Parts: sequence; C-alpha cells; structure tokens
Amino acid sequence: MRKLILSSILLSSLLGTISISVAAADKLVVYSARNEQLIKHVFDAYRNETGTEISFITDKAAPLLVRLKAEGKRTPADVLITVDAGNLWKAEQDGVLQPLDSKILSKNIPASLRDPDNNWFGMSVRARTIVYHPGRVKASSLSTYEALADPKFKGRLCLRTSKKVYNQSLVAMLIARHGEKKTEAIVRGWVANLATKVFSSDTSVMKAIVAGQCDIGIVNTYYYGRLLKKDPGIKLKLFWPNQKTHGVHVNISGAAVTRYSKHKVAAQKFLEWLSGPTAQRLFADSNMEYPANSSVPANRIVQSWGKFKQDDMNLVQAGKLQAKAVMLMDRAGYK
Amino acid sequence: MENAVSGLTKNETHQQAGLSAWLNVNTHYWRYSSLLIALVIAIPVLVVFAAWLQPAGDVWAHLANTVLAELLSNTFTLLTGVGLGVLLIGTGLAWLTAMCDFPGRKFLDWALMLPLAVPAYVLAFVMVGLFDFSGPFLSGLRAQGFDTVSFPEIRSTAGIILVMVLAFYPYVYMLARLAFISQGRNLLDSGRVLGLGPWAAFYKVALPMARPAIAAGVALALMETLADFGAVSVFNYDTFTTAIYKTWMGLFNITAAAQLASILLLFVIAALYIERRLRQRARYETDSKSSKELRFTLTGFQKLFAITFCSTVLIVAFVLPVIQLFIWAWEVIAQDLDSRYFRFLFNTLFLGLFAAFLASFGALMLAYTYRLRPDRFTKITVRLATVGYALPGSVLAVGIMLVVVWVDNKFLEVIQTVTGLEIQPILTGSILVLIIAYVTRFMAVAYGPIDSAFGRIRPSVIQAARSLGAGNWKILWRVSMPMLSGGLLSAMLLVFVEVMKEMPATLLLRPFGWDTLATRIFELTSEGEWERAALPALALILAGLFPVILLIKKSRDR
Repeated sequence: MRKLILSSILLSSLLGTISISVAAADKLVVYSARNEQLIKHVFDAYRNETGTEISFITDKAAPLLVRLKAEGKRTPADVLITVDAGNLWKAEQDGVLQPLDSKILSKNIPASLRDPDNNWFGMSVRARTIVYHPGRVKASSLSTYEALADPKFKGRLCLRTSKKVYNQSLVAMLIARHGEKKTEAIVRGWVANLATKVFSSDTSVMKAIVAGQCDIGIVNTYYYGRLLKKDPGIKLKLFWPNQKTHGVHVNISGAAVTRYSKHKVAAQKFLEWLSGPTAQRLFADSNMEYPANSSVPANRIVQSWGKFKQDDMNLVQAGKLQAKAVMLMDRAGYK
Repeated sequence: MENAVSGLTKNETHQQAGLSAWLNVNTHYWRYSSLLIALVIAIPVLVVFAAWLQPAGDVWAHLANTVLAELLSNTFTLLTGVGLGVLLIGTGLAWLTAMCDFPGRKFLDWALMLPLAVPAYVLAFVMVGLFDFSGPFLSGLRAQGFDTVSFPEIRSTAGIILVMVLAFYPYVYMLARLAFISQGRNLLDSGRVLGLGPWAAFYKVALPMARPAIAAGVALALMETLADFGAVSVFNYDTFTTAIYKTWMGLFNITAAAQLASILLLFVIAALYIERRLRQRARYETDSKSSKELRFTLTGFQKLFAITFCSTVLIVAFVLPVIQLFIWAWEVIAQDLDSRYFRFLFNTLFLGLFAAFLASFGALMLAYTYRLRPDRFTKITVRLATVGYALPGSVLAVGIMLVVVWVDNKFLEVIQTVTGLEIQPILTGSILVLIIAYVTRFMAVAYGPIDSAFGRIRPSVIQAARSLGAGNWKILWRVSMPMLSGGLLSAMLLVFVEVMKEMPATLLLRPFGWDTLATRIFELTSEGEWERAALPALALILAGLFPVILLIKKSRDR
C-alpha cells in the first residue's frame, strides 16, 4: 500500500507539469533558437511592461521546427524565434507560420528584412563583414567578398566552417547575385587562399588573425564587438565590403507567429512590441546587433565602426538558395 | 533450437537453452516484460527507419559525388584510432590498478575514472583552446622565440582521436578493472604454475577471461564516437554524423538525414552482431574472490613506467582541462554565477538519478531474461532495447518526440470526441518523456556492465538457489544481486553521468523551465561563448565527480 501511494505521488509529480503548460490568456509560449541570455531579458521587459508571462524553450531551429510541425494544431507555441532567415523561410515552407497584417510591423521593419507575405519579420540585423589585421593589411587592398578569391590573398585568409548557417546565407546571397557558376569560382578562390583549416567559430577566426596565422577573415560584427569589449586595444579592424556594388551581407534574428497559435492577437502584439523602440534598444545593446527598426540607433560602440550600405535583396533568397549554397560549398571543397 | 537436447552434455544445454531449461521456472512473465521495454525503446528508432518510405531527392547523388568518400574514410579512421586507443589505454590502466601494486595506485585507482565526468565536447574545446595556433601554449612558445609553424596541429585527425580516447577510455577502464578484480589471482596463478610467464599469463588467461567486459567497454566507446557531434564540430572533422546534421540543417532535408542515420545504425548493429558471434561459445564464469592481498608488486623500471603512464593520462585527460576551465570560469564567475545554478544542479542530478535507476532496472530485467532463456526471441529483444545509443542524439530525440506527439494527439482526439473538451498535450513536455528518452538512449550503457557481471556468475549458484526453492525474483534479488552489485553500480554510474552530459534530447524534450547544466552549456556555446560555458561545464564535472568517487570506492571495498 505504501508503495502504491508513493508511486502515485511520483507519477503525479512527473506529469505535474500539465497544469503549468495550460496557457492562460495573458500567457505566451515561445520556441526560441535565439539563446536564453540573448532573449530572456527581452521577455522580462515585456512582462514588466504588459504583465504577459512568456514561457519558452530554447533549442536549435531545426529540432524546434520538427516539433512545431509534429504538434500541428495542438502546438502550445505562439511564437517562433530564430537567429537566421533561412530557418524562418523553412518554417514558412512547412506551413507552420501565419501571415500578419500589421501596419506597425510594416512600418518598423524594412521590406528586405521580412517575408514578402509577412509570415516572418527580422528583429535585429547581423552584418557579416570582413575583418583584418591593420598592421599586415592595407584597407585599400580590400574591396569585396568576391575579391577575397584573388590569388594575391593566397595563404592569408581564415574562414569559419561552411556548416554554419551564416556562411550558407552569405553564399546563397552570392548565388542570387551572380548565379551558381560564378559563385562556385569565388568560393573555390576562397578555399585556395585559406591559411589553415576552417574554424568552428567566428571568434577563433579573429584570434587566429591576431596570432598571425592569417590576415583576413569574414565574421559577424557582434563577435568582433565582444572581443573588443574584452580587449579594447585588439589588433583587428572591420572593413565594409561591396560598398560600390550591392552592399554588406546581412542576416537577421527574426520572429513569427505560429499558424495554430491560440493567442494570435497577443502574439501579434508581442511581435509589434519587439519591433518597437524598447525591444530594439535591448537587441542593440545586449548583443551589439543592429536594430532592424532604422529609427532606433545602434549601440555607441557599434556606431563607432562607421555607417555602411547594406545588401537590400530580400532575405527570403537566403532560405530559398541555402541548399544550393551548401551543395556548392561541398563541391568547392569548402568544409 | 535445432540441436536435439539429448545429444548434448549438461554444459552445452545450459549454453543454448539457458537456465530455464533445467531450473523449471516460469519465463513468460519475464520475456514479455522485456519485450515491452524493448518496444518502447525501439519504436522511436524505427521511426527513423521509416524515412526510407519517402523520396530523399538528390541528396544521395550529391553526397556520393562530393564528400561521401572522405567522410567514410574519416569515420573509419576515427573508429579505428579511438577503438585501439581506448582498448590499449583502458585495459592497460585497469590491469595496472587492479592487479599490480605501485606507489600512488590507491589514488589512481579511482582518480582514473574522473575523466568520465568530462564531456567529450568540453574536452575538445579545452584542447583546441589550449593548443591551437592562437592558444596560450603555442603563443607562449612563439613569445620565447620559437618558430611554431612546423609544430603538429591540434585540429587534426590525430588530435580528435586523442581527445576521444581520453574522453572515452573510462568505459573500458571501468569494466575491465571490475573484470580483473573479480577474476582474482587464482586463475592467473594456475596459469603460472602450468609454466606461463607473467606476460603469457596476462595474454592467455586474464585477458581472454576479461574479454566480454573489455568488448562491452570498447563497444560503448565506439558507439559514443559514432554518435558524437559536439567534439567533431569543435575540430571541424567531418564524419558520417556531421553529414547527417548538415543534410538536416543545411540542406533542409530531414528525410535524407534520417536515411543516413539509419545506415549508421545498421552498421552498428552488424558490428555488435559480429562481436557477439565471435565469443558466443565461450564461458566466463569465475569464483568471485577479492584479490586485495595478491597484487603483483612492481619494482624498478616497471614501477616507474606504471606511475608515469597512469599519471600522464590523468593529467592530460582531467587535471589540465579542469585547470583551464577554472581559469576561464574565474573571469565570468562574478557576472554569471547566481542562484539559478542551484536549480540547474538540482534538475541535472534529479534527471540523472531517476534515469539511472530506471535504465539499470530495465537492463537487469533484460539481462536476467537473457540468462533464463537466450533464444532468438530474447536475443532480438535485447538487441532492440540497446540500439538507441549509436544514433546521433538529435536524431533519436526527434524520433522520440515524433512518437510522443503522435500518442498525445491520438489520445487528445479521443478525449475530445468523448468529452468535447480541448485540453493540452499531456506527454509532450513532461518529465516522464524526458526520462524515457534517456532510458532509450542509454539502455546499452546500463546493459553492458550488468550483462558482463551476469556472465561471471556460475550457473551452479543459481541452480543451488533454485533447488532450495527460490523463485525468479528471489534468485535475482537475493542470490544474483550481491554478485551483480559491482556491475549494477557501474551501470548506474555510467547512465547517471551520461544523462548529466546529454544535450540534444534534453533541449528538445524538457518541460518549460527545466534547464540543466548541459542545456546551460548549449545556451552559451550556441553563440560561440565557449569561455563563458566553462562555468556550467565545471559545475557539471564537479557534480559528476561525487557519484564517480563514491561508486568507485564502493566497488573497491567490496
């Protein structure tokens, strides 16, 4: 008998989360591929302002997407957040998002940073640019991503792995501009110029440049910002490429309302708030990303890196061409 | 059984029909309970195989034309290197600490288990951080005027093999050590009396006797190697598993990814099958006598070698990484360490303990059923129950999630039709599912040590118990258990530590707010903040130390 009571207590405690996961009206559930320390303070700020509680789980975008799809119309999730456009595009293709008709979002978020059918919206902008060692490289010798394939940079280039979505998006956008053939030649050129095996993170790329293993790399600016914060005198500089052509490649961290959200109105309100000044400032300051809403200024340090022209081709291309980009990089030997 | 029982000797009968043939005990209950366990575990895996029912597009042709050859050769190289490495280091260390005596042995005996608490992805990151071109080691040498260009690169095949050997040798060490201890010196001495030298006695007597345990350890290490994504990512070393992830996340083709994963799994099943075939006929029972007082005392060069070998492994696999993690953690401790860590720690320990108990209990049932009647039915049951380990974590996690969500949806549909109520999913996002996921993934880890411990029990002991009137439960709990306790403790410890380190299933299946130390590491590393991840990584290692030390001491005092 005691065993029976014990096991029933145990069982009810195991399933006890049911009651918690039943969402009330002033509650939202978020599936987030943006990690906890880059998003939780945003949720907290929203709760303080509106009283809306937000429960969330974090994971990589791909498993979250599978879960969302499998749960179908019974999903508890109201909002999906990712750190790249490709996965939002995939979510839209999988039919798990719903379009929003929102004047606020249309006004706050530039057209190139959101889905043409308004299924998803970029909330912060991540610029992927060239970084170099000022002692060993003259800024005047740099010009474009494409030019990094020039043999004059042989043995001087460091890159992050092609498995990272940021590089997949970059190459996808190159394909959108130049077509596959020319892009493959460019990527082959990069690979031929590599000073060492590709790295597993942007930070390692920059550390290798500082240590003298190579001179030039391609990184997201906020990683540079993080290193700069630790060591303000670091021997690294950013260069804005393609200013005379299509501009610096940008990606987004974005959000979308799920198709079967039970709190559509509240979810849309949350997204509108995300695009507004309070949240945009949080994005800008906490991780030194660029606000998607151009009326909100970037962080002071970030501003000091200078203004630049950014690529305004719609990011839906990054998703559409991602698989092509991955295959192309495989062919070109970019690991 | 195709053989007629009458033509066989008693021992042969035991071999093929199991205990039940002459114990006259009921086996149905055991067989069907075991099958149930196996099915719960196997269904998510079968879901992965179901991918073959759908077209995968042009991914296969693409892989075959580009990277397939390289990643197959990489995978093969890695398996060979890690397999040989853990075999030599794990068995060598186990022999030295279990059967020999030298200064520091008592400390090294348990200290050599400590690397088990270090996740391979953490060790990989620390090693690359320390020894890469821009790391403190080579930078320091350059500052002294050395030219480090010709130095061997850590981010190489040898480097990743080294890291994995250091991370996975404890599986072999733990199981081989236990086997050597329970063999005792009697057999070895018999060999010596019959004219074998010490090396010959080791090769011809001790090693073959310990083979099931060593094989189980190597198998665990190899499956871990195959399923690993974290460590190979840090090294950017392309294997079959990285191709699975790339196909899924880069090419957006989950069907092709699942097909690749199922091929990986078939490969593992085939390898395990061959290994079991090779040792099917052998028997490994021993008189379980402690060999405490009967160690070989090492002197001179042998002593020096033993001390150097053992402490080098300990330093490189554990001391060095922990010191580096401390240095990194120290920089962020003021800003990052807060009361949430209590919760992370509690969640981690709770999940680990719970899963360890459940998995070991399941493995015990399976292993006993196998002893009762090792026919084809039971063999398939056991095989089914232990396949989850070789699948890459994320793939298995998705398989489990699909099954759970499906069950949930069907159940809710019924509820809705009957009562008209619209309620939330019950299983999805519950702790129960997470624990089942762990058991699914780590059943092989629990089964290995328990099975090899069972193999060392003489059937005559159980026979005697049966003739005195003991039933199945009594035979298992009162008679076998005391002799199994070493294996059982190993099983629980292994599962516990594995669950603590587990990442993909925890991420996808955890209830809201159930963050663990491992998910904390993920949060920080997913945006490249590896140095900040040193804090949860260190907490994870320290939390893992406690059970490691406790259990290894217990197994020694026995």
